[in-house]
Amino acid sequence: MNHYFAFGLWIVFDLSVIALGAGAFFTGFLTYIIGKGDLKAIINPAVVIGFICYSAAIAMLGVDIGQPLRGWFIFWHANVHSMLTEVSFCITVYLGVLTIEYLPLIFSNRKLNEIREFNIFGDSLHHIMPLFAAAGTFLSFFHQGSLGGMFGVLFARPFAFREGFLIWPWTFFLFILSSIAAGPSFTLLCVWITQKVTGRELVKRDIFTMLAKISGWLLTSYIILKILDTISWAYGVVPRAGLSFMDFYEGPYGIWLMIAEIGIFGIIPAIILITPRLREKNALLIIGALMNITGIVLNRFIFTIQTLTIPVMPFDRFMSYSPSWQEWGIALCTIGYGVILFSLSYRYLPLFPQEVELNPVRVLGKVVKDSGLVKRR
Amino acid sequence: MVPFVFEWAWDAGHLIFMGLLYLVLGAISLGLLYAFVKTWLKLRTSNDKFQSS
Repeated sequence: MNHYFAFGLWIVFDLSVIALGAGAFFTGFLTYIIGKGDLKAIINPAVVIGFICYSAAIAMLGVDIGQPLRGWFIFWHANVHSMLTEVSFCITVYLGVLTIEYLPLIFSNRKLNEIREFNIFGDSLHHIMPLFAAAGTFLSFFHQGSLGGMFGVLFARPFAFREGFLIWPWTFFLFILSSIAAGPSFTLLCVWITQKVTGRELVKRDIFTMLAKISGWLLTSYIILKILDTISWAYGVVPRAGLSFMDFYEGPYGIWLMIAEIGIFGIIPAIILITPRLREKNALLIIGALMNITGIVLNRFIFTIQTLTIPVMPFDRFMSYSPSWQEWGIALCTIGYGVILFSLSYRYLPLFPQEVELNPVRVLGKVVKDSGLVKRR
Repeated sequence: MVPFVFEWAWDAGHLIFMGLLYLVLGAISLGLLYAFVKTWLKLRTSNDKFQSS
């Protein structure tokens, strides 16, 4: 980062992990509010992934603001007209909600569960989980949207600027839709990697199919709206700014980025994930989910970096950005943190309720399908 | 200073933004309070049963 690129790799990572962490709120919303009971098999890993994503994002933001000790200023001196204030409030409170959602799982640990107070408190929290799921949905909806809205209101940056509905630019709604399309795919991918690493079947195949279907249809809706948004931007905002479409695509940030984002990593995974014949094949399912995630990360990169590379003053020139090793280091730290926390959660907590049933073991010649796993109802 | 914002002003922006924030914080707090009270009641009931037996 430098004086020109105040937003760099960390913000790309932030926006990406927050979008990928949307699997937590969306799975919670579908499970507890809509009543899709089958998703209970996947809600625990979704919550852990969400917690990892949001805590990593907040930790990285702490580094990004340069003066972490003054981070609380944004809460005390709240500018209620700023999209970023809304994002800061919502992601902080939502991390609190995710912590509350994580607690019953932590209290399900074999040793902790022996402490009666923890066990009963875990049950009590689980009993009122729909309330926390609803609060999480509300908070996530607004901060995912505001992250997009933040770019859409940049009037002086015609690449990002969009018209919209009331105070919300179209990017507000596109960011929400893209995050709920990518979140379930990311959860699916993490669970699949865990299956490969552990060599055990952790959830039934139909859960993967359901996640892929949800993700696929949401991605399809998003891509249709994204294409419409791009066309209306190209014929509306761009000519009004006195520019032509190709003025925005130069140097390393050529038109190939748009083709990659919408075509290769948008339309193709959408087709794979919504077509039953294709998503039934394991390899295609994983490729589809991975391409979906890549497309959303690319979208966040384009909005963050390409917006800043394009000249807006007569004396400006087209810039390019390459992260420093310090930026890579901090960003990779968050991935390491995520892998460690997810591994520890898998090792010590009953992350996958179907695991015992899917992997029966023989004890003294008898097949055991229930090893005393804590099941909260 | 009211309600809990340094530069508080009685305008629509502050009322909507902070109002919604306090609404969510209130709901989360009530949820936690419910869980604490339920746990306390269950623990007290089970302790009473244990003592009477």
